[in-house]
Amino acid sequence: MALVLAPEAPLPNWLAALDAQMARAPTFFDGRPVLADLGALPVGTPDVAGFLSGLEERGIRIIGTEGAHPSWQGVERWGRPFPAAGKPGRPIAIPENVPKGGPPKPESPTMHSAPVEPGSLLIDQPIRSGQSVVFEKGDVTVMGSIGSGAEVMAGGSIHVYGAIRGRAIAGLAGNPKARIFCRKLQAELLAIDGVYQTADDMPGTLIGRAVQAWLEGEQMKMAALD
Amino acid sequence: MAKVLVVTSGKGGVGKTTSTAALGAALAQNGASVVVVDFDVGLRNLDLVMGAERRVVYDLINVVQGDAKLAQALIRDKRLENLSLLPASQTRDKDALTPEGVERVIGELKEKFDWVICDSPAGIEKGAMLAMRHADVAVVVTNPEVSSVRDSDRIIGMLDSKTAKAERGERIEKHLLLTRYDPGRAARGEMLNVDDVLEILSIPLLGIVPESDEVLKASNVGSPVTLSSPTGAAARAYFDAAKRLAGEKIEVVVPMERKGFISRLFGRRVA
Ligand SMILES: Nc1ncnc2c1ncn2[C@@H]1O[C@H](COP(=O)(O)OP(=O)(O)OP(=O)(O)O)[C@@H](O)[C@H]1O
Ligand SMILES: [Mg+2]
Repeated sequence: MALVLAPEAPLPNWLAALDAQMARAPTFFDGRPVLADLGALPVGTPDVAGFLSGLEERGIRIIGTEGAHPSWQGVERWGRPFPAAGKPGRPIAIPENVPKGGPPKPESPTMHSAPVEPGSLLIDQPIRSGQSVVFEKGDVTVMGSIGSGAEVMAGGSIHVYGAIRGRAIAGLAGNPKARIFCRKLQAELLAIDGVYQTADDMPGTLIGRAVQAWLEGEQMKMAALD
Repeated sequence: MAKVLVVTSGKGGVGKTTSTAALGAALAQNGASVVVVDFDVGLRNLDLVMGAERRVVYDLINVVQGDAKLAQALIRDKRLENLSLLPASQTRDKDALTPEGVERVIGELKEKFDWVICDSPAGIEKGAMLAMRHADVAVVVTNPEVSSVRDSDRIIGMLDSKTAKAERGERIEKHLLLTRYDPGRAARGEMLNVDDVLEILSIPLLGIVPESDEVLKASNVGSPVTLSSPTGAAARAYFDAAKRLAGEKIEVVVPMERKGFISRLFGRRVA
């Protein structure tokens, strides 16, 4: 299954955000197939083909596009538009509100918290809206909640001793064994190894409860912990 | 030691300027010397709410840029001699504020007053960042609705990472001020309730200010509500909040809907 990149206008800002994200997680794309979902771009967006070349120059392997407007020149070169996928693809979170003029400085508590042991990151405060924590090397434990509009991405599992109201993305570097645990499920999105569910897909009976999520094949499973 | 307090929110129109005026006046009414500083350059409001708009000669930008002395720009309140205003400029834009200039002015204000209260503009841009930059204490003004709560969460993250205190590895003191709280609508589930907001933001509660016509009236006559209707529910909430800021321990009361005899008899079924 492919990763899905969904660029938004204005493209230069979005690219700056992507660069910042890639600087923090350099191996994120590592030859993985990527699908470009262009549906969010206004029809008048200039030079979409040039933008796609820019992605390739960053080492991103584009295997197809989705939602391209017929008037855009040169986009066909990137593969035929995919039909609307039956299964969700692999989402990539791009930090919101990127300041002009360069990649954003992470608003702590990002990477400087001391690891409790190699390969794990402990964060002993809530992750606030707009903050993004990326830890590729292993598990992330949060002693608090992940706020709405905040996100945690981990190479391994994610443990949250509070509510997940934003996004939790586990198994970042291709680890289908990763899991997500939380005290209270109110998440906007959960993903493991690229398989994701948004709030709308989650079973209503689990919302607000202590939950774990894991993968069985290409399907995300969830169950109450209490 | 002087304390610098920022009144901030992320979201616009939630009651920052109203709260700056009311808390500033309440602290002054309790005897402290207070200056309220308008950081909303280009959209100044605090002078109107304080009833000082006709007395503005110099403003924050003039002082930041060294074109006027602090003493020339400060406006002393006509009702409370220990309350002053440093107005914003209505004609300039935020780029005229420099970090060095702001630091110098805050430093000078700290020598003259017990409390320096900065009224932040909405948003997360330069103006809001400069308003919070030198704060020791933050009052996060929030309305009981999801968009306001999420924006406050975002601002709390910035208070914990982008202020001078945070950069020195110290903790900035943060308080939640829930404003425009409508007990009737909260009871009917049309607004978030207090517990929901507190759980999401997980910072201590400074007070709950009810939705009130007295606040509107106060801003129309150019007076902090604690001066114009000191016995009303909104003013009392602000007086209690000011005391908590000064370190007193007072229980927070959740405003209740005043019910008539019949509806009290029948509880929630009558409506
Ligand atoms: N408790 C209250 N009851 C009724 N009206 C209120 C209350 N608090 C504030 N208001 C009204 O809400 C409006 C916005 O308030 P205010 O200007 O203080 O918000 P602000 O956060 O400073 O806005 P901005 O982000 O534009 O600076 C004003 O009209 C004010 O009178
Ligand atoms: Mg204001």
